[in-house]
Amino acid sequence: MAARAFADRHRYWLLILPALAAMLIFYVWPLIQIFAISFTEPTTGFGNYVELLSSRAIRTSFVITFRVAALTTVGCLLLGYVVAYAIYNTRARYVGLMLMLVLLPFWLSVLVRSFAWIVLLGRGGVVNDALIGLGLIDRPLALMHNEFGVLIAMVHVMLPYAVLPLMANMKGIDPSYVAAARGLGASELTAFRQVYLPQTLPGIFSAALLVFVISLGFYITPALLGGGRVLMISEYITYQIQEFLKWGLGTALSVALLVATAAVILAAARFVNLRKTLLERG
Amino acid sequence: MTAPSSPSVLSIRKAVKRYGTVQALGGIELDIGEGEFLTLLGPSGSGKTTLLTAIAGFTGLDEGRLVLRGKDITDLPPDRRDFGMVFQGYALFPTMNVRNNIAFPLKVRKWKPADIQARVEECLALVQMEGFADRMPSQLSGGQQQRVALARALSFRPSVLLLDEPLSALDKKLRADLQWELKDLHRKLGVTFIYVTHDQDEALSMSDRIVILKDGLVQQIGEPGALYNAPRTTFVADFLGKSNFLDVEVEGFAGGRARCRAGGESFEVATEAPPAGGRGRVALRPERIRLAPPKGAAFEGAIRQTSYLGERCHVILDHPGFGQILVSCPTWKSGVVPEDGLPVSFDWDADACVFLEDA
Ligand SMILES: Nc1ncnc2c1ncn2[C@@H]1O[C@H](COP(=O)(O)OP(=O)(O)O)[C@@H](O)[C@H]1O
Ligand SMILES: [Mg+2]
Repeated sequence: MAARAFADRHRYWLLILPALAAMLIFYVWPLIQIFAISFTEPTTGFGNYVELLSSRAIRTSFVITFRVAALTTVGCLLLGYVVAYAIYNTRARYVGLMLMLVLLPFWLSVLVRSFAWIVLLGRGGVVNDALIGLGLIDRPLALMHNEFGVLIAMVHVMLPYAVLPLMANMKGIDPSYVAAARGLGASELTAFRQVYLPQTLPGIFSAALLVFVISLGFYITPALLGGGRVLMISEYITYQIQEFLKWGLGTALSVALLVATAAVILAAARFVNLRKTLLERG
Repeated sequence: MTAPSSPSVLSIRKAVKRYGTVQALGGIELDIGEGEFLTLLGPSGSGKTTLLTAIAGFTGLDEGRLVLRGKDITDLPPDRRDFGMVFQGYALFPTMNVRNNIAFPLKVRKWKPADIQARVEECLALVQMEGFADRMPSQLSGGQQQRVALARALSFRPSVLLLDEPLSALDKKLRADLQWELKDLHRKLGVTFIYVTHDQDEALSMSDRIVILKDGLVQQIGEPGALYNAPRTTFVADFLGKSNFLDVEVEGFAGGRARCRAGGESFEVATEAPPAGGRGRVALRPERIRLAPPKGAAFEGAIRQTSYLGERCHVILDHPGFGQILVSCPTWKSGVVPEDGLPVSFDWDADACVFLEDA
């Protein structure tokens, strides 16, 4: 009996061994390398971290990063809540179609979607042309290469990550609660605010955490829409490594980003069931 | 008998509701009396929930009016109707503790905090749930949730309480206990109860009047005893308790008794007027049949099968003319000891049979 259980356990390990090996070789090992480099390049010691803490440019970049991530999160929550709510409160006939529309962006590369925003928001872009054509403005508005443009595109790209956890959450809410609230004398608004909304708080937390954490390390969209003027930390790292070949500072920034993200997740763990949020999404 | 004995609180006039081709309500006419315990009884799909939710305002009627104490409420939204409601699955708000659940209807009515607090305590006492105020609904058993749902529905002192199969999720023993409590509560509070169930025992034991529904139509309305003893249709006779059915020829009528023939036997049926045309169908309750040793009673048969239920015993008899006859006898005083294959004789009193209208 015991031997059998032992053999079973080994078979199990055998099955996940390839994935585990890949993980160790291509993820954990480079991570250790990065960690090591940040303390050894160009000279051994804490030099990179001292620079990290004293550089104003870096501090600015971190502030921008957290601000963009936070605003993106707020935008995604507002829009995503409405979308998810609509999906579960419209006729069953359209639910499939709406679900597909939510998932559709996943089939298209983030790069393509970000370029699409450049086409729309650029100085000679569709939006500016249309506004000038209508005579509403005489000079093109600065819709991109600033935080505004980055935010619009980020919200767009991140929206499904907000909608999916919210949907998973709303799917589990029995419509009879709101009906009961109405029957007990609550107006539509009161029933929503006091009965429905509190039940979606777990979904809201999940969505917020997911969007915020992914946004923190996002590279493509801020790089394209920011045009080098909205330097989020990922782009900053790329500059350090690709342009200035400052591997030490680049890796130190990476470690700092990793630590910051971990801190956010740990802080969130006080409010959210992480296992449920990140592993068991429906 | 079919009208309420007290002035009408709620009148339902020609209520019609269709779902596509399904007629969920087929023109219901009903008056509910002040302080009455009225039960809507019917098989699944008969339109009970539809009628109750139409009264509550969750389901819009296609035709017909609802009148509450002379005021037309047909077009009012549910929150403006002021009915208390207990939902089938209780629908206790999972994010609120027991206290806040019960206080909810009071808060939305803008009661003063002190009044709310006092009323919540009162309601908890009413359903014997003192000491549970700070529990969350998920920490309560089914029966306790049921009590809280009841307290919540009653907290704002509605004059009419709507209950949709409130006991159906509970086990049998608890259900029986809560039936007593509900009835007691109804008597104490004087609130009008409109109660939906598919359980005939529940309906019989609690109601002042029962409305029997089938396919969105009222089959019969009456007090439990009247309905049980004088069903008008095969459906009612069969749904409310069990019945044997005999198709009879009426051979004569005198002194309130119709002389009937069925299955080669003849017997008398007490009636005020036998059906015209000389043919009819009677319903015969299993517990009205007496069993005796062979030659001890009018009809001779044999026991085909028995089913022991503790306080009662159900026996299926074979009779050459009647076919199979179901008999229900108290186990402690039966004329015979039921046993498969045993030859027996049986009979019944003239007033045990009831003529049905839909023969
Ligand atoms: N929302 C609905 N959509 C379509 N058909 C419905 C709906 N609600 C009820 N029905 C139909 O109306 C009939 C009555 O239903 P219901 O009132 O729920 O019966 P009961 O509560 O007596 O079981 C059934 O045939 C049911 O299928
Ligand atoms: Mg029902």
